[in-house]
Amino acid sequence: MASIELRNITKIFRDAKRKRDLLAIDDVSLSVEKNEFLCLLGSSGCGKSTLLNMIAGFEKPTEGSVTVGGKAVDGPGADRGMVFQQANLMPWLPVWENVAFHLRLKGWRKADRRDAAQDYIDMVGLRGFENHFPAELSGGMSQRVGIARALLLNPQVILMDEPFAALDAQTKMDMQEELVAIWQKQRCTVVFVTHSVDEALVLGTRVAVMTSRPGRIRELIALDLPRPRDTTGPRFNDHKRHILNLIREEGLQQRQVAVA
Amino acid sequence: MTALSKSWERAVVPLFILATWEVFSRSGFLPAALLPAPSVVLHTWGDWIFGFDETSQGNTGRWLADALSSATRVAAGYGIAVVSGVALGIAIGWWRWVERTVEPTLQMLRPVPPVSWIPLAIIWFGIANKPAIFLVFLGAFFPILMNTIHGVKTADRNLIRAASMMGATEQQLLRHVVFPAALPSIFAGLRIGIGAAWMLTVTAEMVAVKSGLGYVLWDSYYFLRYDLVLAAMASIGLLGYATDALIKVLMSAALHWQHGSTLQSREG
Repeated sequence: MASIELRNITKIFRDAKRKRDLLAIDDVSLSVEKNEFLCLLGSSGCGKSTLLNMIAGFEKPTEGSVTVGGKAVDGPGADRGMVFQQANLMPWLPVWENVAFHLRLKGWRKADRRDAAQDYIDMVGLRGFENHFPAELSGGMSQRVGIARALLLNPQVILMDEPFAALDAQTKMDMQEELVAIWQKQRCTVVFVTHSVDEALVLGTRVAVMTSRPGRIRELIALDLPRPRDTTGPRFNDHKRHILNLIREEGLQQRQVAVA
Repeated sequence: MTALSKSWERAVVPLFILATWEVFSRSGFLPAALLPAPSVVLHTWGDWIFGFDETSQGNTGRWLADALSSATRVAAGYGIAVVSGVALGIAIGWWRWVERTVEPTLQMLRPVPPVSWIPLAIIWFGIANKPAIFLVFLGAFFPILMNTIHGVKTADRNLIRAASMMGATEQQLLRHVVFPAALPSIFAGLRIGIGAAWMLTVTAEMVAVKSGLGYVLWDSYYFLRYDLVLAAMASIGLLGYATDALIKVLMSAALHWQHGSTLQSREG
């Protein structure tokens, strides 16, 4: 059974100020299998984050349905862990309390929360930083806390909204490698939104290339490249060329529409 | 910088003012009774506190009792204002329907000076502690309320999203995200509020009660004892300063997570 099912999703945003409707997502259907690592790839404004927010339950589709693990999504919940573009950590809580925030909500005792958090802190390589506050962490470390926090939910599905976009190239590469290792170990389903072709090709088992205004899925590409992925190998570059061509065509069409 | 030179820095301005004032008073430019020198004020103040030579007449040795009755009124009125201001502020900031129904009324009451409630307060509560506590409450309530509303409204939406992703109910969002996020603002309100509380307890004591620092101040004015008036003013200033310092200590304990990320955290 598929882990995530999007059926005929349409999203229309009401622009109240300009009194017109904007078709953001046009009839998207997509199913994500269990243990899959799906990358949603597209330029900014193509609706990829909106799709992700619908799976998370932060937004509702105008038409169509979203189900996760066979259950219809009707709001955010701890069965879907989300990692945001900004880490969004509670600045008044130390690292370990941020990681264990879910357990705090469930009313666990402090000592138990502390124990439970340690595994996930170790997993993302933050041992020794348990008592640091978010203001004392670098961008990459904050994102690690965000990832540990999502993993602690032990969710069926992890949703990631360009989590590495604000990191420098070196940190980004390290984090990508670690994310793949964690995903392989935890056997969970990941939906990862990105605008970087390279990132999608390094991470995904499948890439959904999206087109913008209205957002549609242009092509679904299965990647059977061996890991760790060789970003300079010929097969990697074949995929890259193919995707870049798709994006370029799309850009040309958009411009023609704009001129006409 | 060493602690000693730091406390020296704090003392420079007050010492300079006192010295100038002493010289000016002794110069005889004004009659001594109208502007008593700091040394005279200090002497009277000492007698008011310790009761050694009855320069403060009927007030001799009664300072502690006066200070305590003022402080009790401040504590009572301020306490009620803190609880109600923070609770109502969170409700107004969080629920639109509360804002729509309650806020217009409160915003109409806010510009009415607390002092103008004195006649009604006396009719309602009689001549005792209650009207004074009511005035203190009025003065402290609005700054605490306004700052709490502001703190709730400017809470980071992304933190609320992150918490609801982790399964937080509305009540948990308020307790674990909105309240701590609003805390820096709430403390700003608490500090403005404590100043207003002291101002109003003195005002109330001038008319509604027969004890406290404000009462002594006004009573001494009738007997032209300007040295006592000044001693009362200094007492109120010092107590206000001390309570504000106490709130600052609480604040830096509660907001220690801001350490190193705000300008405020530079303060020793």
